[in-house]
Amino acid sequence: MNKTVNQKAWFFVIPVFVLVAFNAIIPLMTVVNYAFQETFGNNVFMWEGTRWFKQIMLSERFHASLGRQFLFTFIILFIQIPLGIAIALTMPKEGLGVPVCLVLMSMPLLIPWNVVGAMWNIFALPDIGFLGHSLNALGFDYNFTQQIGDAWFTTILMDVWHWTSLVVLLSYAGLRSIQPAYYQAAEIDGASRWAVFTKIELPKMKKVLTIAILLRFMDSFMIYTEPFVLTGGGPGNATAFLSIDLVKMALGQFDLGPAAAMSLIYFFIVLLVCWVFYTLMMRNEEKS
Amino acid sequence: MSLELKNVEKKVGLDTHIYPTNLKLEKNTINILLGSTLAGKTTLMQIMAGLDKPTSGEIWFNNENVTGMKVQKRNVSMVYQQFINYPNFTVYDNIASPLKITGVKSDEIKQRVGKVAELLKLSGMLNKKPNELSGGQQQRTALARALVKDSDLILLDEPLANLDFKLREELREELPKLFENRDCIVVYATTEPSEALLLGGNTATLLEGKVIQYGKTLDTYNKPNTLVSAQVFSDPPMNIAKIKKSGDQCSFLQNKIQWKTKLNIKDGEYKVGIRPHNITTYKEGSNTLEIKGKVLISEISGSESLIHFTNGDLSWVSLSNGVFQKNVGDEMNLYMNTDEFVYFDQNERLISNG
Repeated sequence: MNKTVNQKAWFFVIPVFVLVAFNAIIPLMTVVNYAFQETFGNNVFMWEGTRWFKQIMLSERFHASLGRQFLFTFIILFIQIPLGIAIALTMPKEGLGVPVCLVLMSMPLLIPWNVVGAMWNIFALPDIGFLGHSLNALGFDYNFTQQIGDAWFTTILMDVWHWTSLVVLLSYAGLRSIQPAYYQAAEIDGASRWAVFTKIELPKMKKVLTIAILLRFMDSFMIYTEPFVLTGGGPGNATAFLSIDLVKMALGQFDLGPAAAMSLIYFFIVLLVCWVFYTLMMRNEEKS
Repeated sequence: MSLELKNVEKKVGLDTHIYPTNLKLEKNTINILLGSTLAGKTTLMQIMAGLDKPTSGEIWFNNENVTGMKVQKRNVSMVYQQFINYPNFTVYDNIASPLKITGVKSDEIKQRVGKVAELLKLSGMLNKKPNELSGGQQQRTALARALVKDSDLILLDEPLANLDFKLREELREELPKLFENRDCIVVYATTEPSEALLLGGNTATLLEGKVIQYGKTLDTYNKPNTLVSAQVFSDPPMNIAKIKKSGDQCSFLQNKIQWKTKLNIKDGEYKVGIRPHNITTYKEGSNTLEIKGKVLISEISGSESLIHFTNGDLSWVSLSNGVFQKNVGDEMNLYMNTDEFVYFDQNERLISNG
């Protein structure tokens, strides 16, 4: 068969190339540029090779903020996933309660991130904030601006408040898609509530839960605005997660080279974890 | 052993889902609930099982009132239209699950599961998970789970509806065998009259929450007590026409075609029901009546051909053996077998079934 040659199709592809170039490739390449060179201003650059990468990989500061980041992500996943499922299980399945609950649940998700940070900052202030003042009145020595434990507690509480709804909504959707016949079959078998949860509900929710975990991992691993407004990374560096530390290095100290190297490493960690997750998810898909 | 519904009624809010119903199902019978979607088949089954409570009325099982008794305490099993199995159990564990919960010894479980699996041709796939199986095999697993525990009452809610044609035919033929020699009552809901005829047993025709007729399947089919029951038990739908009888002559009101009748009823207006397969493109039986038809639609179903045709105001369906196609608008002669006419009075009650 003769193939006709028609290069006009390129016109459909080029806009996408241009768009992706401007919003992804060019900014990324700028960062790559800085990551391998030393800059002296006035467009004077010196080749540094992998020096910044070695420096970051070996720096205790990076290890510390990476450690804090993993700890934070792990804690919020550990709280939000079970809590989200639990709330979804107790939500009404019919009647007026459904829209009411759904709207209430979506509320925190609709609030801009810096507003969430500001809200919680004021809410938790030990002298005038409702939470801070109440805790102190109850006899707890609570001050999130000075005590590391309190700062972590408040940051985690804020994230749980802000994002558990997402897990709830996804789990709820997963639960609602289970056909009533499954519950009836379990009832006929005489299965306990716990057995219904572990043998029917959890396996049926597997897909949405994988997505929930993936989304919550990505978002919490890249968290910046809320802790920046709430604690600013403090007290000291106690809540300086990767992104906060990165901004400090890049814009505070103006160490552009190491900061660029760090952001690339950061980017590859997120990419790696998502890739692992995605492959695992797809492997399960193929099985079923 | 018997299951008896006494004046069972089910209302949800202002809607009546089941009108007061009396039904007595006997031991070792297959009972078919025949009706279209929303006729109340599923609701009736759930009430029978104890998954749902009637608004009023009682359910008696073996001369014991079991109204409101929880389903776990009754020895019941159910198969659904969807293929319901535990998703992360193997086929073996799925079949064994009702036995494990009731605490049957593991040797016995093994033996009973093996037997049922063989009956349902699942022996080779006991270690697979449900989502690795075809739809037919998934439904076989669900059937095996229902059969393994020797229930007193087995309910099947359109179990073949979600299977493709070949698998449906295959499983449908096996079903009557599965229930043979079982000390239980089987209730089988379906929308298809042909399925009811194939399974035999007893049939209850349902329409909009009412049981219209209950009796031996063939009796229900041959002697529908009302026109409605006949319509429920006829697919494609029964053809209906108003007729007039005077002396030994009957005639359609619409087109004045006449035929002789031996009906011993007084003169007047009546209704006649003609099943599609009693209108054919060839003469069948000793008393045939010719009718001219204009083809509306012609379609082929299996080895039979359906012709929708009009004759004046009448719009009818005929079902003939053989495969052929007619063009829309063609004029043709069709033949009705008057011996098979079903006569109803003005109130649509049966007078004579041919």
